[in-house]
Amino acid sequence: MNTTEAKNMDEAQVIAAEHAHHAEINTFGFWIYLMSDLVIFSVLFATFAVLGKNYAGGPGPTELFHLPYLFIETMFLLLSSVTFGFSMVAMNEHKKKAVIIGLIITGLLGLGFIGMELYEFRELIMAGHGPDKSGFLSSFFTLVATHGTHVTFGLLWLVVMIIQVIRQGFSYGVRSRLVRLSLFWHFLDIVWVGVFTFIYLMGMV
Amino acid sequence: MDQPHHENENMGAGHITKRNYLIGFILATVLTVVSFGLAAFKESMPRNVIVIMLSVAALLQMLVHLYYFLHLNKSSEQRWNVIAFAFTALLIFIFVGGTIWVMYTLNLRMM
Repeated sequence: MNTTEAKNMDEAQVIAAEHAHHAEINTFGFWIYLMSDLVIFSVLFATFAVLGKNYAGGPGPTELFHLPYLFIETMFLLLSSVTFGFSMVAMNEHKKKAVIIGLIITGLLGLGFIGMELYEFRELIMAGHGPDKSGFLSSFFTLVATHGTHVTFGLLWLVVMIIQVIRQGFSYGVRSRLVRLSLFWHFLDIVWVGVFTFIYLMGMV
Repeated sequence: MDQPHHENENMGAGHITKRNYLIGFILATVLTVVSFGLAAFKESMPRNVIVIMLSVAALLQMLVHLYYFLHLNKSSEQRWNVIAFAFTALLIFIFVGGTIWVMYTLNLRMM
């Protein structure tokens, strides 16, 4: 090994180390954003805790929500979290095809979740139980739709990342963006645990 | 060359394995089924008991997600994420707990 080669090796190592450090800071910054998002959601939960019993003579959760439907919706999101996790494991093993397939399955499950949520909203509004009917329905629609909007933007991001993996492979930027999207996706699943427990199930018992 | 390459994999998001995701998925599914089961058989127990059990199941499931999916743990790599999370939890406790406390006592006084 001559000196030029040794120098190049050193530089490569320095760049890799800088990338790792940079990625950690990026991930931490994104984590701070997630924490601020968590504050938004908890304030919406608090709003629901205050307004959620004001039915204004209209129907309550027991009449409006259906357990089996909600269960399937919940499992869609939980499964998509796991398939995303498997994609991240495949990414670390540099299996491009497995990552793309995993991300597509994740996207389809997420689409199933959003589709079910929108269908539920449509049914409620068509039956005359829109967000304008009572304090309960206002706070319900605000919280659940805020979560749904997050998932929708997550799906958009997911499509962009699938295209980037296909076109750029696992470049440094693509990998660091996938790590952040995975945090975002798992975070939304945690918020959903709060939604189905405190908004749907608690109202129905 | 291999060493820095491997350090680069985590990118500050913790170490991940397929096994951990599977364990997390099984635990989360069990807790989800328990929650829905409690709601389905709500006549078998007093409402207060069901509400407490639902809250515990949700809290446990959130911890399962945090540990197995978001990889929050005691490692030094995760320290700042955990500190930020703990501070956010304190804020949420003040916001949500304070709101519920103020509004419920107000409600009682207006009766």
